[in-house]
Amino acid sequence: MIKVEGLTRAYGSFIAVDDISFECRPGTVTGFLGPNGAGKTTTMRVMVGLTPATRGDVTIGGLHYRDIPNPGRHVGVLLDASAQHAGRTGREVLEIGARTMGLPASRIDEMLHLVSLDSRESKRRVRNYSLGMRQRLGIAHALLGEPTVLILDEPANGLDPAGIRWMRGLLKGYADQGGTVLLSSHLLHEVEQIADEMILIGNGKIVARGTRDELLRSATRGETTTLVTALDNQQLAAALAEKGLVVHPAGDGLRVTAEPVDVGRVAADRQIVLTDLRAGHEGGLEDLFLELTADTQRDVLAGTVSTEVPA
Amino acid sequence: MSVAAAYPTLDVSGTPVVPFGRLVSVELRKLADTRAGRWLLISIAALTMLVLIIQMAVVLGQDLHPRFLDFLQGMNTPMGILLPVLGVMSVTSEWSQRTAMVTFTLEPSRVRVVAAKIVSLLVISVLALAVGLLLGSLANVLYGGLSGNVAVWGSVGKYVAYYLLLYVFGMLTGFAFGAVFLNSPAGIVVYFVYSFVLPGLLILAGQLMAWFESIRPWIDFNNDQNDLIDGSVHGSGWAHLFTGALVWLVLPLALGILRIRRAEVK
Repeated sequence: MIKVEGLTRAYGSFIAVDDISFECRPGTVTGFLGPNGAGKTTTMRVMVGLTPATRGDVTIGGLHYRDIPNPGRHVGVLLDASAQHAGRTGREVLEIGARTMGLPASRIDEMLHLVSLDSRESKRRVRNYSLGMRQRLGIAHALLGEPTVLILDEPANGLDPAGIRWMRGLLKGYADQGGTVLLSSHLLHEVEQIADEMILIGNGKIVARGTRDELLRSATRGETTTLVTALDNQQLAAALAEKGLVVHPAGDGLRVTAEPVDVGRVAADRQIVLTDLRAGHEGGLEDLFLELTADTQRDVLAGTVSTEVPA
Repeated sequence: MSVAAAYPTLDVSGTPVVPFGRLVSVELRKLADTRAGRWLLISIAALTMLVLIIQMAVVLGQDLHPRFLDFLQGMNTPMGILLPVLGVMSVTSEWSQRTAMVTFTLEPSRVRVVAAKIVSLLVISVLALAVGLLLGSLANVLYGGLSGNVAVWGSVGKYVAYYLLLYVFGMLTGFAFGAVFLNSPAGIVVYFVYSFVLPGLLILAGQLMAWFESIRPWIDFNNDQNDLIDGSVHGSGWAHLFTGALVWLVLPLALGILRIRRAEVK
């Protein structure tokens, strides 16, 4: 539904977005991931015509954004929740949107209800809103025109954990009904649970893409790893090393290049009490994300990972 | 609907473009739906009223015999100062408050948005004139009652048309300056320099340089507009207004629209 083809955006000699191409399909959530300044926002701004492309093309449903009549009825956009007049009330912000799109006033109440802004809050000026409330208002604004495509830049930013969970459910439901969702984030865990496909971008280039499983496979390079925590990690590490398994420290526990069942068996044999045992791909994705998106950190990270546990 | 499309397309057949009238009504609403905007509108009316009250005190105290037209001329000062500020703000607030991002995603044709803003300012000009006429009439009736003299109405049709032109010039010049700078303080300050400092400088320059004095009326838009206030504008006066408007209204407006069209909205 959204098609980005060879998109490049340069500011003088600085290339913010460097020849990227991808597609977002209806009925799916696409996560657009990358650290701050990777080019996510610039890409989304080009999508909706706020920034001209230097080269390349973006179409939504086969049309350039500028050629979509009454675009709010087709594409819901939230690029910056703080880009609202501080002196307007939340309700008035939606009122202006609804009037521009030609929607009945009842739609405003529906949206306020959907994003859990009560009538008292909706009458307050945006100046007095927390970032989380602004995000809710921004999501309400994006959904106002019942669009079939959603483009959201960092929508979870500023939401509390309950709010993030709520938004996940909302977007998932939206995609299940056939909608196309593109959302960006610099936090992997915000996106990996709902995104059907993830696009990782760093320094303006796409560095990896695929479903969660596809990315995991490439992250672990075919190796199976297990995360394990024992009451006595040193004892466990020594026991595993004796069996010839590769062990690295990871957080409070250890990362072992083996199936969880093998690790469990070693622990059982030695009567070592485990407090946590699971397949270790979450960290793998996190590592992949950091590794791919932060060129300057690559060597440092590699060094950390290969550090052996002192016996 | 094509079901087997390899690439899903948007079905936009049922959605017409946003009608221009709707854009205008939204822009009108945006002029009044914030505290700043509402108070600017209220102060325009309040200041006009204040000027009329002072004028009333003076004419009563000095036993002058004002006509309806004198009261109408009194209201020109506050309108002339504040309406252009509204013109500046109507465009710059979109940039300083960053609402342009939302405005231009809901209506990607920036020229249509600018046109809607200009029409909304013309509507406000007419409303301001109507309020001014109402307050002026009230003052004249009140004067009749307070002074015991007969209120003189006379024929003011020509002046009403001139004043409307005056307000439109002020509004649009303010809008044009706002569009050029896309920044409220800069737009307002430059407008006031243009409006209050520049006319004096131009006259001074004309006194110092004879050759400049011969071209000054053609470019001195502010002083040219005085002929509208006192109703003395004639053939060459219209020509001066025309060229003055080209320099101080049309040119900055064109530059401003060009800037808005190209600007990256952040």
